[in-house]
Amino acid sequence: MKQTYDKAAANELIEDIGAVPEMLVQILNALVENFSCINDEAVRHVADRLNLSRADVHGVVSFYHDHRTEPAGKRLVKICQAESCQAMGSDALTAHAEESLGLEMHKTSDDGEITLEPIYCLGNCACSPAIMINDRVYGRVDARRFDELISAPD
Amino acid sequence: MGDPIRVFVPRETSAVSLGADEVAERIQDHGADVEIVRNGSWGMCWLEPLVEVEIDGERLAYGPVTVDDVTDLLKAGFLQGGDHALKLGSVADIPYLKNQDRWTFRRCGLTDPVSIDDYRANGGFDGFLAATKLGTAGIIDEVKKSGLRGRGGAGFPTGIKWQTVVDAPADQKYIACNADEGDSGTFSDRMLMEGDPFCLIEGMMIAGLAVGADRGYVYLRSEYPLTREVLGEALNAAKAAGWLGKDIQDSGFNFEIDLHIGAGSYVCGEETAMLESLEGKAGVIRYKPPLPAIEGLFGKPTVVNNVITLASVPDILIEGADKYESYGVGRSKGTLAFQLAGNIKYGGLVEKAFGLTLRELIEGFGGGTASGRKLRAVQVGGPLGAYFPEDLLDTPLDYEAFIELGGMVGHGGVVVFDDSVDMAAQARFAMEFCAIESCGKCTPCRIGAVRGTEVIDRIVANENRDGNLELLGELCDTMVDGSLCAMGGMTPFPVRSAVKYFPEDFNRPPGAKN
Repeated sequence: MKQTYDKAAANELIEDIGAVPEMLVQILNALVENFSCINDEAVRHVADRLNLSRADVHGVVSFYHDHRTEPAGKRLVKICQAESCQAMGSDALTAHAEESLGLEMHKTSDDGEITLEPIYCLGNCACSPAIMINDRVYGRVDARRFDELISAPD
Repeated sequence: MGDPIRVFVPRETSAVSLGADEVAERIQDHGADVEIVRNGSWGMCWLEPLVEVEIDGERLAYGPVTVDDVTDLLKAGFLQGGDHALKLGSVADIPYLKNQDRWTFRRCGLTDPVSIDDYRANGGFDGFLAATKLGTAGIIDEVKKSGLRGRGGAGFPTGIKWQTVVDAPADQKYIACNADEGDSGTFSDRMLMEGDPFCLIEGMMIAGLAVGADRGYVYLRSEYPLTREVLGEALNAAKAAGWLGKDIQDSGFNFEIDLHIGAGSYVCGEETAMLESLEGKAGVIRYKPPLPAIEGLFGKPTVVNNVITLASVPDILIEGADKYESYGVGRSKGTLAFQLAGNIKYGGLVEKAFGLTLRELIEGFGGGTASGRKLRAVQVGGPLGAYFPEDLLDTPLDYEAFIELGGMVGHGGVVVFDDSVDMAAQARFAMEFCAIESCGKCTPCRIGAVRGTEVIDRIVANENRDGNLELLGELCDTMVDGSLCAMGGMTPFPVRSAVKYFPEDFNRPPGAKN
């Protein structure tokens, strides 16, 4: 994943998806997937391409949790905080994660390796508690399994 | 060398979350005489990864299989049906599955989800072909007769919604499938889309045919990356085989489906917020009326249905509305794919006719709590659903019975908690979640949820407890009566039920734990 915004690559993505306002959410999703976040340059560029105001684009970016404006760490670790996982100890798992990683929720480690975030339901509720690392879901994660997953190579 | 041995290993989020990919890889490494089929899940999550071996046309199951078990299984000759501690026999004989009323999920687990041939061989697209002969009025009559109601949670009669779209004159109409399954404790949409995606596609085609729409959208949540992959493959396969596109199978009917991905917003599961998001905007809800059936996507008449609603339709046209209607009780007809989640021994998906009790579901199918401790509370219908105590478990699962109790069946998610749960904390979480996810359009939801967490904090801290409990009650009334949609309007359901059925949790010395 590139960490900096690449206008030419972004243009290709926008063309593929469709440079029309109705595709704005889909375009922003693609920008996050490809450039890790949506920075000011991206907002200006997308607004320009879709003939929207920057405020229009910002309004959408700031609405959706996925549309991050700061790059995530190499590994984006999301721990489910919803009811089913609560019933199986997600609070304790979260506390363990914060302590073992020395990271609070919503923060990225100084070396840019790991970002820790809450998520509300991964749809893996018969195998709670669940976490997601980048795009992969893991079920029945206790403290030991969490440590194994974190220390495993990418 | 004979035909390769077919081995089924689910490509489904729960199974994969427990190592199914690695298991499939390890079995494949065994040699070229094995063909791995990545099927959907049968829904018995406690047995995942559940591996099946096909021997003389019969499938024998083993599970739960970890990657470390594979060598041992091979040694025991499991590819020839050898005995092993993990051997389960035929899945059809497992009581959990045997005692279900599989309708919408009848192919899930059985077939290769992205194989058109497999789908056709198991009755797939027969519903669509029947629909081309029935015509608009015929299709809608059948759907009305079946008693099918919206499975997303609201339970609105599907046939009447479709009729409304038919009756709205317009040059363009749309089918919008709500696959933004955000409720905690629910995963039936995901399992259907990962296990039998063509069934959803077929349901959307039939809806399109019925109301005269040639374009459909699936709005899928971003938290389901594997679903996106499987559904994307299925859409491409359907297009390539002429089941989507122009003049489908020489029927003269054109239909296309676009897949849109959400961006992590819970409220986008509300139908009008979803439409806004499909239009590329922030998921801020719309006032109703106008109903989406009259002015929906891009202002055009739109059928907005949940995944399970649409996927239930093909078999209604094949098996007949009467048969579907013969399942269920009262005004809750047909089957619902219940989902057993949280602190439950045998978690998974149970498709059953309406009318069984919560106890039958949780104790009969689910085997009680996973922790082995006493069950204390059950939340039914997602984060906006009520919490029920143990003594209400004999309530039959039907829409009306749950509304009477101040709750809802919703999308059929059942989350079990043992006696370690702190219900004041659960009530606080309901308000906190609403504050995080509110779209901000109406004040009762946007501000009420924030005030709700503060009031509950004061109650727990024993600051003017009686006065604040009264205030919480009034706040809940305001949110129920004054919110524009279910987000603010139903957040009080879990809060009120927690206060009503578990008052002791709001009445402890400050700092005391349950």
